[in-house]
Amino acid sequence: MALDVLESESIEILREAVAGAERPVLLYSIGKDSSVLLHLARKAFHPSTPPFPLLHVDTTWKFQAMYAHRERMARESGMRLIVHRNEVGLAAGINPFTHGSSYYTDVMKTEALKQALDLGRFDVILGGARRDEETSRAKERICSFRSAGHRWDPKAQRPELWNIYNMRIRPGETIRVFPLSNWTELDIWHYIEREQLPVVPLYFAEDRPVVNRGGTLVMVDDGRLPLAEGERPERRSVRFRTLGCYPLSGAIESRATTVAEIIAETAAASSSERQGRLIDTDQPGSMEKKKREGYF
Amino acid sequence: MSASLLRFITCGSVDDGKSTLIGRLLHDSRAVFDDQLRALAADSRKFGTQGERLDFALLVDGLQAEREQGITIDVAYRFFATPARRFIVADTPGHEQYTRNMATGASTADLAVILVDARKGVLTQTRRHTRIVAMMGIRQVLLAVNKMDLVDYSRDNFDAIVDDYPPFAASCGIVDVTAIPISALAGDHLVAPSPRMPWYDGPTVMGYLETVDAGGPPASGPFRMPVQWINRPGPDFRGFAGRVSAGVVHRGDHVRVLPSGVETHVTRIVAWEGDRASAAPGDSVTVTLADEVDVSRGDVIAASAAPTPVADQFEARLLWMGSHELIPGRSYLLKMHAKEVRASVTSIKHRIDVGSDALLAARTLALNEIGLVHLSTVQPLVFEPYAVNRTLGGFILIDPLTFETVGAGMIEFALRRASNVHWQALDVSPPSRAALKHQRAGCVWFTGLSGSCKSSIANRLEQRLFAEGRHTYLLDGDNVRHGLNRDLGFTEADRAENIRRVAEVSRLMVDAGLIVLVAFISPFRAERRFARSLFAEGEFLEVFVDTPIEACEARDPKGLYAKARSGALPNFTGIDSPYERPESPEVHLLTSGRSPEECAEQVFARLP
Ligand SMILES: Nc1nc2c(ncn2[C@@H]2O[C@H](COP(=O)(O)OP(=O)(O)O)[C@@H](O)[C@H]2O)c(=O)[nH]1
Repeated sequence: MALDVLESESIEILREAVAGAERPVLLYSIGKDSSVLLHLARKAFHPSTPPFPLLHVDTTWKFQAMYAHRERMARESGMRLIVHRNEVGLAAGINPFTHGSSYYTDVMKTEALKQALDLGRFDVILGGARRDEETSRAKERICSFRSAGHRWDPKAQRPELWNIYNMRIRPGETIRVFPLSNWTELDIWHYIEREQLPVVPLYFAEDRPVVNRGGTLVMVDDGRLPLAEGERPERRSVRFRTLGCYPLSGAIESRATTVAEIIAETAAASSSERQGRLIDTDQPGSMEKKKREGYF
Repeated sequence: MSASLLRFITCGSVDDGKSTLIGRLLHDSRAVFDDQLRALAADSRKFGTQGERLDFALLVDGLQAEREQGITIDVAYRFFATPARRFIVADTPGHEQYTRNMATGASTADLAVILVDARKGVLTQTRRHTRIVAMMGIRQVLLAVNKMDLVDYSRDNFDAIVDDYPPFAASCGIVDVTAIPISALAGDHLVAPSPRMPWYDGPTVMGYLETVDAGGPPASGPFRMPVQWINRPGPDFRGFAGRVSAGVVHRGDHVRVLPSGVETHVTRIVAWEGDRASAAPGDSVTVTLADEVDVSRGDVIAASAAPTPVADQFEARLLWMGSHELIPGRSYLLKMHAKEVRASVTSIKHRIDVGSDALLAARTLALNEIGLVHLSTVQPLVFEPYAVNRTLGGFILIDPLTFETVGAGMIEFALRRASNVHWQALDVSPPSRAALKHQRAGCVWFTGLSGSCKSSIANRLEQRLFAEGRHTYLLDGDNVRHGLNRDLGFTEADRAENIRRVAEVSRLMVDAGLIVLVAFISPFRAERRFARSLFAEGEFLEVFVDTPIEACEARDPKGLYAKARSGALPNFTGIDSPYERPESPEVHLLTSGRSPEECAEQVFARLP
């Protein structure tokens, strides 16, 4: 019942966002939340194909399995896929190792996203963020207003009453819309199970080569991960609760190979899903800071 | 997962223990993870008020700045679940912005948890919170009497508080009140019965929240669905996407499209999984209709037998949320369900003081103020009173320049049903033009000697009117003689023609709905009588600016008196041409010793 309500509410939001937009786009990050968001979008506009493209901001450091999944979903949905990379950052060789996670994220994700949005002149950007992810998200609106330059001013947000969304903006301003605002991590998995949605296989446990870095298990997904002296990848049964750039995503040890097992593990979990994300903890209040600067 | 969803709002004054209560509910329902607890422990040492103990209040404080200031600045949404239910909590702060934030949080809530401090009981604040949640349509309240540990868990204390509250709540429209004695800090009666209050045998907070009947839109009652989007993948499919806001619709049901009123029936209820036989309140669906009817976004599809009313004038409760005050008569954008129209507040019946429930006279509404207003929309709106249907009766007002959301309103009833559901052109007449500007049009005619200060006074008056939001125009010798009357000189005939033209222009401007200020010497009674004759009774106000000629000549701002005395300016009023004093002007301004502001104020006071 709760899932039905959440689903209907998200569909209503997607339709309002699109009706109020000139150039909408769905920010597709390939993870489980994006899978649910894409599915809801297809439901909302069925039998039409969703009237907007998918945008993937590619840092070039995603897991190989993510790229494969992205191609598959674009094909199945029949939606146009836009892939954007920050070419300036690439040419400068910005990577998570030499430049640190904070600077790397800034250039390859935040900057790249702004470039892609400006390039496409998108005014309404659909994203899969949830309020339960992080404390500063709890106060985020469903339709989050961004001033020119993609800045988020937590004091200039519009009050949101009932299910009425004020989608009016002036030139240069944009709105980020989060239809999954009221979903929790568990809701996402229950929904994936109920709707039998395909997700990246990395969410399921499997023997994978990992190195242990200060308690964080980093998967050796390709030959680009620099190994320290004497550091040896070992095979462990791991899975991921969130997916991003592989050098920055921590795996958890697990034997859960089905969605039902993941749900059981998540329900009993003693740490939050963001624990595996290295970028959240590198500065105090760091997520809020990143958001002000335009990070999704 | 078949658990249902309950949305509630928590209200309380600062320090009543709201954050502590929510933090504990999250913690006790295992919605807090170890890494968050570790962060909490670190935060508790840094920002907390509980020494080495965990400060649960910090769990629900989000933004860095507010953490440092120790206040909550907005609505935060929290999630937790038990095997029985999923919960969404809107946490709203108890400080000055409370009205706006609380209304926002309450707008989507099924129930309110209102905290009171056991030592203080029901305060003005508690009543205020109760009135706000009641106004937003909440009909169920959990009164959490907190800090029972500080009153020795005393039953008398609890009973005393609980006695006066339900009658008061009932007077606001809240008939379902459950009071529970708790200690948010110690955990009494949150999830388990408390051995420290054996005298209490009611539910715990969690027990109540898990089992209370959770409102939601009624399935009974006629079907209504606002159309959000027209789904047209190709020439053979035309569907109308929306979310059912009341009633149930079945395939084949007769429906009416509003505001057009066209009747047809539902042919399909389309969903991803396949066609459905019916759809219930809260469902997002796409329907197709039998006939090629004209349907746009913002229309409402309703049960044929009980269509939704349509109107363009309403009485509504309005909560102002803008930093600039409401300007009656100004055009705002009104958004209700999927419809956006131009609308203006035509009058404010009164302001409602939520602290005392007193009704106060008001000319405007400022941030966080609530009023009962009359509202007029440029196009008819498909609506239902808010008490009947939140979706079809709740609206927001958007500033047409900044696009900020500046108001939230709830329709009480229509003042006048649109007699005809089709759009009818209004009769555009002089009174309707003036009414659109929210004013009475008229002509204020200043007469007096050259140098008598007519223009300064007229200027001040115009500024005063402008500041009040009135639409004005000032005609004086300078802006008329350079253009329209450039061909006229100062002979008696030309002077008469000059005044005739000015009077006719003023007449046109009054028809256009303006308040026209005319500042001309207009020395002859006959001309002034002519000007007056063009206007209706009460539309013309003659103002005699009575300044002695000696004073005018002493001022001589343009050096005209000097020129006239030397003979260089023939036919100069007061020197070699007469000034006929008005016999019965509406306003007689004796200017000596008074500033132009004072004089302008005297005229302003005479305006209708
Ligand atoms: N003794 C006692 N103190 C409490 C209780 N609940 C909250 N407090 C304290 O009251 C103060 C304000 O609590 P907080 O939750 O921040 O209140 P808020 O402003 O309503 O969110 C804090 O110092 C709490 O520790 C209670 O049940 N008993």
